[in-house]
Amino acid sequence: MDFWSVTQSLLQGFEVTCLIFIITLLFSLPLGLIIAFGSMSKFPPLKFVVRIFVWIIRGIPLMLQVFIVYYMVKIDGINVWGKVNKFFYFELGWSVGPAELNGEGFGGLIAVLIAFIINYACYFSEIFRGGISSIQKGQYEAGKVLGLKKGQIFSKIVLLQVFKRILAPMGNEVITLVKDTALSNSIGILEIILVSKSFTYQAIWPLFYSGAFYLVFVGILTLLFGYLEKKLSFYKE
Amino acid sequence: MAYLEIKGFKKSFSNFEVLKGIDFSLEKGQVLSIIGPSGSGKSTLLRSLNFLETPDEGVMILDNEVLFDAKTAKSDGEKVLRNKRLNFGLVFQSFHLFPQYNVLKNITLAPTLLLKDKVKEYKKELKKDKSLGFKNRKELVNQFKKEQTELIEQNALSLLEKIGLTEKASSYPCELSGGQCQRVAIARALALNPKVLCFDEPTSALDPELTGEVLKVIRSLKGQDRTMIIVTHEMGFAKNVSDKIIFLYDGVVEEEGKPKQVFEKPKSEKLVHFLSNLTEKDGDLNKQKA
Repeated sequence: MDFWSVTQSLLQGFEVTCLIFIITLLFSLPLGLIIAFGSMSKFPPLKFVVRIFVWIIRGIPLMLQVFIVYYMVKIDGINVWGKVNKFFYFELGWSVGPAELNGEGFGGLIAVLIAFIINYACYFSEIFRGGISSIQKGQYEAGKVLGLKKGQIFSKIVLLQVFKRILAPMGNEVITLVKDTALSNSIGILEIILVSKSFTYQAIWPLFYSGAFYLVFVGILTLLFGYLEKKLSFYKE
Repeated sequence: MAYLEIKGFKKSFSNFEVLKGIDFSLEKGQVLSIIGPSGSGKSTLLRSLNFLETPDEGVMILDNEVLFDAKTAKSDGEKVLRNKRLNFGLVFQSFHLFPQYNVLKNITLAPTLLLKDKVKEYKKELKKDKSLGFKNRKELVNQFKKEQTELIEQNALSLLEKIGLTEKASSYPCELSGGQCQRVAIARALALNPKVLCFDEPTSALDPELTGEVLKVIRSLKGQDRTMIIVTHEMGFAKNVSDKIIFLYDGVVEEEGKPKQVFEKPKSEKLVHFLSNLTEKDGDLNKQKA
């Protein structure tokens, strides 16, 4: 067990971490916006249902949600996720991370992604809702009086202002997501921490090493959010 | 028939009646000032004219067209409503400029977005002409877009010149004073060339020394025969610039008439009281200054 072989293994695990991070972000951001609109709906039943849903998703641990999605789909005692994963691996030729993750053995990646996307969409939706409702009514009215469509008012006037206002809480949430990906190892997904744990019968330093990966990743994200904040400082309200 | 006619506007907010049946009319090119104590329904009336509130009862006729009728208002779709709104411009008390756009873009944003609909209509018209090939049509559309965009830009620049802010074209609202912001807001409303331009207490959010520049711009618009409706607390200005004054009290038109008559020979006791209160306050101020 030398440094380079550990590095290689950890990189494979990190690939899975990054994949969960990126896919979750990619889908939960737009879904979160839709949920935010739902929770602000002028149609009370929809608003009620959406808010109850957000309450439930935010109210129970993400790990439990991962378990529920993972174990919920069983047909004839066989976990369907294994088959889904097998399909991705053999039929479509997709593979990610360590070899053991692909094929039939650990079929939970899709389950993890579904749980993560729904969970994070709910958190994002609350940030969006706060941002959208913080915009002055006057901005909408100014747009209306100028004859603009609802969609135009939102996309051309409100959206960037919301984006600027929610940047800091979004940064928080995104950084939390990086570390939450580790929860996937509860159903045996070989992400970076589970990989590093597999070395602990020989040495403990791979655990520290995997921590360094997170630090670097979060460091880059911090810089990115700082850059965006600076980019948006060209105007004040 | 008058250019603008309002008949029987009534509006309640959850059992509280704000407008209790408002009637008035206005001729083209005239300036109407609406005065009255706070809570008398001035702003609600102005917002109703701009379709930001929907009166429960009443009819509005502009330029021989029934623009609003409370009985049929609900059947108006969003598109119809948007087109109706464009007959009016509104300048808000607290400007509501778009902070992320510079001054020029604040003025050109709406005309540029409205241009998209115009381009669509132009395309439809071109399609009727079968002799035009696909390429020709595309070229014509592009040319139309370019010409119109240039027109919008030129118009915005000439408006900036009128309000005396040419050198601020690329500044952001946060870099301007309140008075400058309000002048930009006026230009933004003018860019769509509304038939009637409304002002909702345009100087109330400004420091006293900045009101002059805004009032000057509004006065210059009167010289260009713009039909305007101004809700204001600046009595001197109202007297000076208006062709007609309406005194609103508790949701009804308590008194109306020419400025001279309203200010110098008020008939209603409430108006007398309102005006004397104002002069008292001014008197106090003068005393303080002394």
